[in-house]
Amino acid sequence: MRTPLHRYELTACDSLQDALAALAADPSARPFAGGTDLMVLMDAGHLPPGRYIDLWKVRELRDIDVTAEAVTLGALTTYTEVLKAEILRREFPMLGIAAAETGGIATQNRGTIGGNIANASPAADTPPALVAYDAELELVSSRGVRRVAYEKFHTGYKKMDLAPGELIARVRLPRGRKGWRDYYRKVGTRKAQAISKVCFAAAADVADGRVRDLRVALGSVAPTVVRCTATETTVRGHAVDDAVVVKAQRALASEIEPIDDIRSTAAYRLRVAQNVLREFLTRIRA
Amino acid sequence: MARLLDALRLQIGLTGTKEGCGEGECGACSVLLNGELVNSCLTPLAHADGTDIVTIEGVASDEQLHVVQQAFIQCGGAQCGICTPGMVLAAMSLLARTPQPTEADIRAGLAGNLCRCTGYMRIFESVLEACRHLPPKL
Repeated sequence: MRTPLHRYELTACDSLQDALAALAADPSARPFAGGTDLMVLMDAGHLPPGRYIDLWKVRELRDIDVTAEAVTLGALTTYTEVLKAEILRREFPMLGIAAAETGGIATQNRGTIGGNIANASPAADTPPALVAYDAELELVSSRGVRRVAYEKFHTGYKKMDLAPGELIARVRLPRGRKGWRDYYRKVGTRKAQAISKVCFAAAADVADGRVRDLRVALGSVAPTVVRCTATETTVRGHAVDDAVVVKAQRALASEIEPIDDIRSTAAYRLRVAQNVLREFLTRIRA
Repeated sequence: MARLLDALRLQIGLTGTKEGCGEGECGACSVLLNGELVNSCLTPLAHADGTDIVTIEGVASDEQLHVVQQAFIQCGGAQCGICTPGMVLAAMSLLARTPQPTEADIRAGLAGNLCRCTGYMRIFESVLEACRHLPPKL
């Protein structure tokens, strides 16, 4: 059943300052970016009526900034822009792979990285890659700027470390990943337009046959994206062999909480998560 | 708040743009906004302010069908026709970005457009056929 959309008021903003002032003035107002998630919820009546602050034309939130230390994406960077950015293809390739597997072209043209984070779906495709890349979020409000590690940002199902009046402004990706090897795998019902059953992103720094450091992150297997630190610990410092793979798979089972739902079952998700972990470890094996 | 889709269909009467799912899954409501493919069901009307919009009604010039439309007719790329306006616009958007697409490019370019008659093979053939008639890029 459709909901009359006039119950939702969209307030346009031309600058970040305008947007922050509008959010500060009305604590019940919520930010609105490309609309690919919010329009669906509004049309179905799943969002409270009221004021939404339209960020789409806020120019300051759209740039990709490159310094020696980091690549920083404005929160309004669309998936299409992620796919086009040469620096991301070269240094953070899992973001492009995730972007290409997020909806179709029309969704990629409007869906934004900040919106994807704020929508806080545990099944989103980009978050595991962001965790694997040690991403940091820059949160802004009329009170100032705050930085949080992305892996700590989601605090529960659809809950996040975001105060009223605060916006996700930028996503910072630290550079200096020379030698790291990335592995990303989304498992869904079909290749396109599917929501993940399991989404896996990992990266490893391997030297002289040993894994010096690594990151393992999964989506769709817990109330939030999870960084699997116990799994990482079983592998860090070791040469990957069959025993390490088995230990890592066991550790993974201890730190994810897959459920039965409309898209899959807990048993399938656990099995696939462990299989995909094995595939990653096999790839980085000397 | 209003949807671009409703403004096109109900206010302007351009009913070539279809509503399928209404939630960005099927692509039947695809239009080009400043040359970019969007789902008009998920596009707030406010985001269309000041943009150049192409709907299926604007694809043919005078009496001449667009090469993509011609190819869909020639190859049987349209069955019931509900997905066809979106398919044609998605194909045009693909060919503007990738004038010589591989089959994989075509599948990815049209991945957001569902055909419930399931006539995908003919649709992919139509896009390949259209490529043969596109003016070469200078």
